[in-house]
Amino acid sequence: MRKILSSDTIRLLIPALSLTILLISVFYLQPRAMSYTGLNLLFNLSVPIALATIAQMLIMTVNDLDLSMGTFVSFIACVAATFLQATPVLGILILAAAVATYAAMGVLIHVRNLPSIVVTLGMSFVWGGLAVLILPAPGGQAPEWIRAVMISKPPFVPMAIIASITIAVVSHFLIMRSSFGVILRGVGGNARSVERAGWSIIRARAATYALAAVFAILAGISLVGLTTAADANIALRYTLLSIAGVILGGGEFTGGRVSPIGAVIGALTLTLAGSFLSFLRISPDWQIGAQGAILIVVLGLRLLLNRLERREKRA
Amino acid sequence: MTDEPQRHAVIEVSDARVSFGAVKALDGVTMTIMPGECVGLVGHNGAGKSTIVNVINGGLTPHSGTIRCSGTVAPRYGIGTARANGVRCVFQELSLCPNLTVIENTRVMHRTLTGWGWRRRAAAIIKAKLDAIFPGHGIDVASPVSDLSIAERQMVEIATAFSQVAQPVRLVILDEPTSSLDASLATQLLAYVRTFVASGGSVIFISHILGEILSTSDRIVVMKDGRVVAERAAAEFDEHSLVAAMGSVVKGRDIAKTIKPTDGLQPLLTAPPRRGKGLPFQAFSGEIIGLAGLGGHGQTDALVDLYLSRTGSWLNGRAPQVTFVAGDRALNGVFPLWSILKNLSIAHLSGLSRRGGMLDDPGEAALGQAWKERIEIRTPDVDNPILSLSGGNQQKVLFARALATPAPAVLMDDPMRGVDIGTKQEVYAILRAEAEKGRTFIWYSTEMDEVCLCDRVYVFNNGAIVAELKGDDVTEKNILAASFMGAAA
Repeated sequence: MRKILSSDTIRLLIPALSLTILLISVFYLQPRAMSYTGLNLLFNLSVPIALATIAQMLIMTVNDLDLSMGTFVSFIACVAATFLQATPVLGILILAAAVATYAAMGVLIHVRNLPSIVVTLGMSFVWGGLAVLILPAPGGQAPEWIRAVMISKPPFVPMAIIASITIAVVSHFLIMRSSFGVILRGVGGNARSVERAGWSIIRARAATYALAAVFAILAGISLVGLTTAADANIALRYTLLSIAGVILGGGEFTGGRVSPIGAVIGALTLTLAGSFLSFLRISPDWQIGAQGAILIVVLGLRLLLNRLERREKRA
Repeated sequence: MTDEPQRHAVIEVSDARVSFGAVKALDGVTMTIMPGECVGLVGHNGAGKSTIVNVINGGLTPHSGTIRCSGTVAPRYGIGTARANGVRCVFQELSLCPNLTVIENTRVMHRTLTGWGWRRRAAAIIKAKLDAIFPGHGIDVASPVSDLSIAERQMVEIATAFSQVAQPVRLVILDEPTSSLDASLATQLLAYVRTFVASGGSVIFISHILGEILSTSDRIVVMKDGRVVAERAAAEFDEHSLVAAMGSVVKGRDIAKTIKPTDGLQPLLTAPPRRGKGLPFQAFSGEIIGLAGLGGHGQTDALVDLYLSRTGSWLNGRAPQVTFVAGDRALNGVFPLWSILKNLSIAHLSGLSRRGGMLDDPGEAALGQAWKERIEIRTPDVDNPILSLSGGNQQKVLFARALATPAPAVLMDDPMRGVDIGTKQEVYAILRAEAEKGRTFIWYSTEMDEVCLCDRVYVFNNGAIVAELKGDDVTEKNILAASFMGAAA
């Protein structure tokens, strides 16, 4: 008996389903959200979160975890609101140096066989400190062009939706379809056999980290485009949000099992969960707890499906 | 493939020496592989077979000695050089990326598969090769490897090694390729090896099944203690002379088996017919029960169900009823970061803990020492990491882990995969001795010789028990008959 749905499809089913249910509930509570402006407002803030989630997912592809994601995105936001706006050349140089630092982190983690959690936790203080040095008080100004992109109003479909779909499609091709992405995921699945086939694991790790940095930089810049100004603590929540987004979207902590489309959907779900709770008029004191409850329900569903799938496989 | 006037050796290793600490893994090995020959490589576990394989595939640089490819010395011989010279390797432990599909794994192995349409090209290559080696394999190349059975994964790995993308494949090293394949698949593979060799390719073939080595190889190299001790044409060897060259003696099988009367006795373990089909399962005290049949027909599932139905409860007492010896060492056998001693004592921690839950260190050390001597684990110190042992010795530790518990029944999931004959004989003797003392062994094995050692055999087919054989009825002929009869029904 052939399975009708592949395990990858089932993996995507739960996040897609939970997003749909949340969206329907939001529309039911607040029918006015069912408009161009409404959708844009609902999903606006999910664009940087989706980018950060993809960055985190890349790191998780090679069985690592980045605990500096929040501070790094904050640092980038500060750079974008100051250097990138005032002296673009210097700003771009700083961003390039940040990418190189990430690649070096990947090399260091691999060569010294260090736990990524320790290295990135240490780096989070570095990024945080640099961000405070650049912007001791909230301020700065977003570069005009990114502001223009983020508030642009394309016909029919809001910018937030177009951006999310673009992120999902581009990262899907990069990680799931390209031959380069296969190697990255192979490193997560069985690094030894990839090495035996003559690949350099160091190079693969460095490339993964550098690519993650690129996505995180896009997250920081797009965040500044939305908020117009930056703050050293602007994106601290992103560390946990991005991890939750990856897991919610069907990814796993180890084994190179990730889904870029799922990760974007996970990020959308997380942003929507916040609005949903506001529409329910739940007091902000309880919102974080309620958001956690939503996460637990979705992850519980996934566990259940995994079990069913395994039973089917054994039967 | 090589049409040069003077035929150069594909690979020529001369006087290679490798040592790990005090252990000399290779002690001056010289080996020449000519185009168009299949070289059988045999020896005990720990004889240095895996080490020479790693030297040839570039994963390990010998501390001294030279390696020549096609007649020229390769100064910096590594994985890249080896692959560029057409050397491919199928490893003993399965090494595919489980999260990737078969197609994507092909891409990992062949770096030239890039650019637009690589998926289509990779699919065509791997599909054609699978069809050529294992006709009627039924593997969907778009499915992730984690969805495939162990035998299917092995088939994919073999097909990947033989498939040619950019550089011609000149030498394929097969390290225990048939250990996870059943008899018919193994036959297909061996037939393909002969066609590959006939077309000018070379194969290094490692197997513990001497019949395969004798029938497939042109030349046989026997290794012992890191040295080549014998090297002759395959026709000049037979099973006895091979074993004699390896330095272990096959003990004659027990001639007559006594059928213990079981009527009226209380069975130690029982299980109803699986999914309502076939015969029920019963095990009595002091029996060695074999689970036979073609590979992957539900034997492992039956063992796991037996185990889980009697453990896995939160209310377990201190005396376990059953214990398990895993077959896939890397997957669910050893704790790779732990010492030999910790790996051994883990199953018996409740017996080793004193009141208050603290571990009895001297007791644990004594247990380790006792088992080290009893089953001859070859290590200077049981505090060494488990991975310092060769595969066969790791398996011995897993046996000791199970036997050190007071559990009356031991479940074994094809534990002898890739273990040398000498170690096997030692373990068989231990099993017999333990069974005499009243322990029950339930033993799934893919090797017929092992199944024939059992007192009673259940033959599996398609997930159900289709036959029960007792005493002198346990013969290769009867088992084969039962497993194929069930398949036809």
